[in-house]
Amino acid sequence: MEAEIREIRDHISRHPPFDGLTDDLLDEVAGAVEITYFKAGTTIAERDGSVQALSYIRGGAVEVYRHNGQLYNRLGEGDIFGQLDLLRGRPVRFPVQAIEDTLLYLIPKPVFDRLCATDEDFADFVELSGSRLKSTVEQSQRDNDMIATRVRRLISRLPVMIEESATVQEAARLMTEHDVSSVLLLKPGNDDDSDRMFTDTEGQQWLLTGMITDKDLRQRIIAAGASAQTPLASISHDKLITIQSSESVSEAMLTMLRNNIQLLPVLHRRRPVGVVDLSDIVRYETNNSVYLVSNIFSRISVKGLARLTPEVRASFVRLVDEGATSRMIGGAMSSVGRSLMRRLVELAEADLGPPPVPYCFMVHGSLARNDQSIATDQDNAIVLHDAFEPKRHDDYFRALARQVSDGLHACGYPYCKGGVMATNDLWRQPLARWKRYFRDWIAKPDPQGLLHSSIFFDLDAVHGEARFVEELQDLIATRAKASPQFLAALARNALGRTPPLGFFRTFVLEQDGRHNNSINIKRRGIAPLNDVIRVHALGVGSRAQNGFDRLDEITQAGALPAGQTDKLSYALEFLSIVRMRHQAQEIQDDHEPHNAIQPERISDTERHNLKEAFQVLSNAQNFLRFRYPSPGR
Amino acid sequence: MTAVIFGARQQQASPTWAEYFARQAEACKSPALKRFYAAGLPAEERPIGDVPLVALDFETTGMDPLEHAIVSIGLVPFDLRVIRPSAGRYWVVKPPRPLTEESIAFHRITHSEVEHAPPIATILDEVLSALADRLVVVHYRNIERPFLDAAVMAAQGEHCLFPLIDTMALEARWERRGRLQGIKRLFGIQPASIRLADSRTRYGLPHYSSHHAKVDAMATAELFQAQMARHFTPDTPLSDLWL
Repeated sequence: MEAEIREIRDHISRHPPFDGLTDDLLDEVAGAVEITYFKAGTTIAERDGSVQALSYIRGGAVEVYRHNGQLYNRLGEGDIFGQLDLLRGRPVRFPVQAIEDTLLYLIPKPVFDRLCATDEDFADFVELSGSRLKSTVEQSQRDNDMIATRVRRLISRLPVMIEESATVQEAARLMTEHDVSSVLLLKPGNDDDSDRMFTDTEGQQWLLTGMITDKDLRQRIIAAGASAQTPLASISHDKLITIQSSESVSEAMLTMLRNNIQLLPVLHRRRPVGVVDLSDIVRYETNNSVYLVSNIFSRISVKGLARLTPEVRASFVRLVDEGATSRMIGGAMSSVGRSLMRRLVELAEADLGPPPVPYCFMVHGSLARNDQSIATDQDNAIVLHDAFEPKRHDDYFRALARQVSDGLHACGYPYCKGGVMATNDLWRQPLARWKRYFRDWIAKPDPQGLLHSSIFFDLDAVHGEARFVEELQDLIATRAKASPQFLAALARNALGRTPPLGFFRTFVLEQDGRHNNSINIKRRGIAPLNDVIRVHALGVGSRAQNGFDRLDEITQAGALPAGQTDKLSYALEFLSIVRMRHQAQEIQDDHEPHNAIQPERISDTERHNLKEAFQVLSNAQNFLRFRYPSPGR
Repeated sequence: MTAVIFGARQQQASPTWAEYFARQAEACKSPALKRFYAAGLPAEERPIGDVPLVALDFETTGMDPLEHAIVSIGLVPFDLRVIRPSAGRYWVVKPPRPLTEESIAFHRITHSEVEHAPPIATILDEVLSALADRLVVVHYRNIERPFLDAAVMAAQGEHCLFPLIDTMALEARWERRGRLQGIKRLFGIQPASIRLADSRTRYGLPHYSSHHAKVDAMATAELFQAQMARHFTPDTPLSDLWL
């Protein structure tokens, strides 16, 4: 290959979708490239011009515009454009302009067509215009099913093994030397029929005959007064119980409990690969959110609960590491959060005595939606029985609210900056008053007021009389959908926070073309997406609080085409999991987890998917404007 | 002021390029040269945007056409719209004298590469036919012009001269002339480098790692497109550009 073709090839081979091509196809592409230069400010592709080649940016930067002149995308070195027009065989739809001096590699249409025909990944990439959101989300869900924590994850060392012709003393020495509490027994063999037969790395065949543990040495040698020279083979031991390395951790635990054993050899097919100790499993399960929840309820003080904060974080990191979906993680972290709150209320009640009137501790925001991540503010309120008399009872509930709120703060759920907490007198009211609040918000939607109060439209009971909150949910579900004015106001609020257009080099690219150094993925992605979903959910009278549940009900009600809700669901999942992954990384790096993400910390694939998720959100916001128009406008 | 007098004298003394081509087409004995000159030249008032171009680059064993020789030739056809590296050509040729160590450092072509290469005389016809009908673009004409002329003279006993566009001379127009440059020189400020790689940087063109006649030809073509985009229009007549 000639040097200049190699120059071209080296460059394109580093960028998607070319990075996945075979060498032969790469050579073909590089050999067919034509080159052209555009000065900054000149038009590269005019609307309705003909498209003969795929454009690849070798250097410089370009902008792509919509029909109305709005910025559609900004592309830099290694990016491509023109693929959709080429695929559809149509003239240029979105004009392109050089914003820096730009050198383009043109890949002629026949070569482009051949790439699409021969390389499926290439075809997918250009067909979806770099979008892989749907397949990424589905893939991670599949992966998650598969890994469900195999027992091999708990193995930290190779098994220590000894021939059973050796003496007890030799075994004890070996175990001491390796600092292990068990040793596997082998004898040379050639009995192919036995399922205990395996071949070691040197090709020698062995039969796995048993295992000797510290306990055996104590019981069968020392207590029995046997000689240290006793051959291992002569100690009677129980039938060896083993587990396959691909079995789940919980299966391993069950096997040990069922057989009342502490140590379990792990085999890969027939070859021993390690021994797991029940304590390994217990240690592992300690980070399990189920274990964590039961641990929460055994704590007897706020201090004790606050000390669990590292474990809460560890279980979050573990869920992320295991590749759980955001929905699973959100569910698990929410049950941890609720348990903490319940325990704090129980502790407060134990301190203050029984409540003078029935009440319900209510939560809003992520806890109500069951999508809590780490590092989220507390949003809570108290709904009191209508028999509540402020003068007689409020001292009690004010104190209760204070204790719970302070406790949450101590446990890593900071005070709500917007004051949505039961400690606020406004949000510690009898049911009738709460009903009036909601009726007023729905009947007289003042956009400014709603902006402040829309947080209350995600609500759930955590402790006490759950029926109070259910009554509120019912009221909202029936009234909201009958009030176009309210829905329009809520919809308008949902447009307040817009997503960025995507990324450009190491910057966040805003809709108006400006650059930012980082993006708050919660404020610019997840929260506005939840806002959009909430409007539709209330519009169809759904009582669901979780985003995914709401989307299901929106689909069933036929409020949005099925394809649309799928897209929203993929976008929600992807934005949420990216946020969680970055937070888990922050925790592992010993930083305080937050919601700001720097573009340089986002991989190429994530960039494409994030861009698409932002696009889904942006389209959904535009649709909302049209679906719930403001009356009289 | 010498340059002006020299230029004026040269203009008086020499015929136009079109006249020279017509005369050579008649006079030349070698069929390849005859064909090359007979293909003719675009009229000097033709807009550059209409003219097919070819970027040409040589690697040589040194700077002196009488003493040194060509070891490789790269050319890439293009026009103001598009550059076609895959339609280009590349030859390694065996110089008449064996390579010395310092000449290898100069052009980076090794003994083994030239050992089995043909002598330049055998490929000249191919080179000439690739250049015919196109206006040649080089970076620093004082290599390609005298070396090719010397090689053709040695092989066929006749001159091979033609107008060419020199991207280095173009670059010098902006970077080396004008009053501001004079003042800068007065204050001892180094003028900007007009070497190929440095000139390219000013137009945002990428850095190429290899030193190779065809890569340099491609790089020259890109530089010329960039110079045209920044300083000229496709309507610029050839007479403003060629030398």
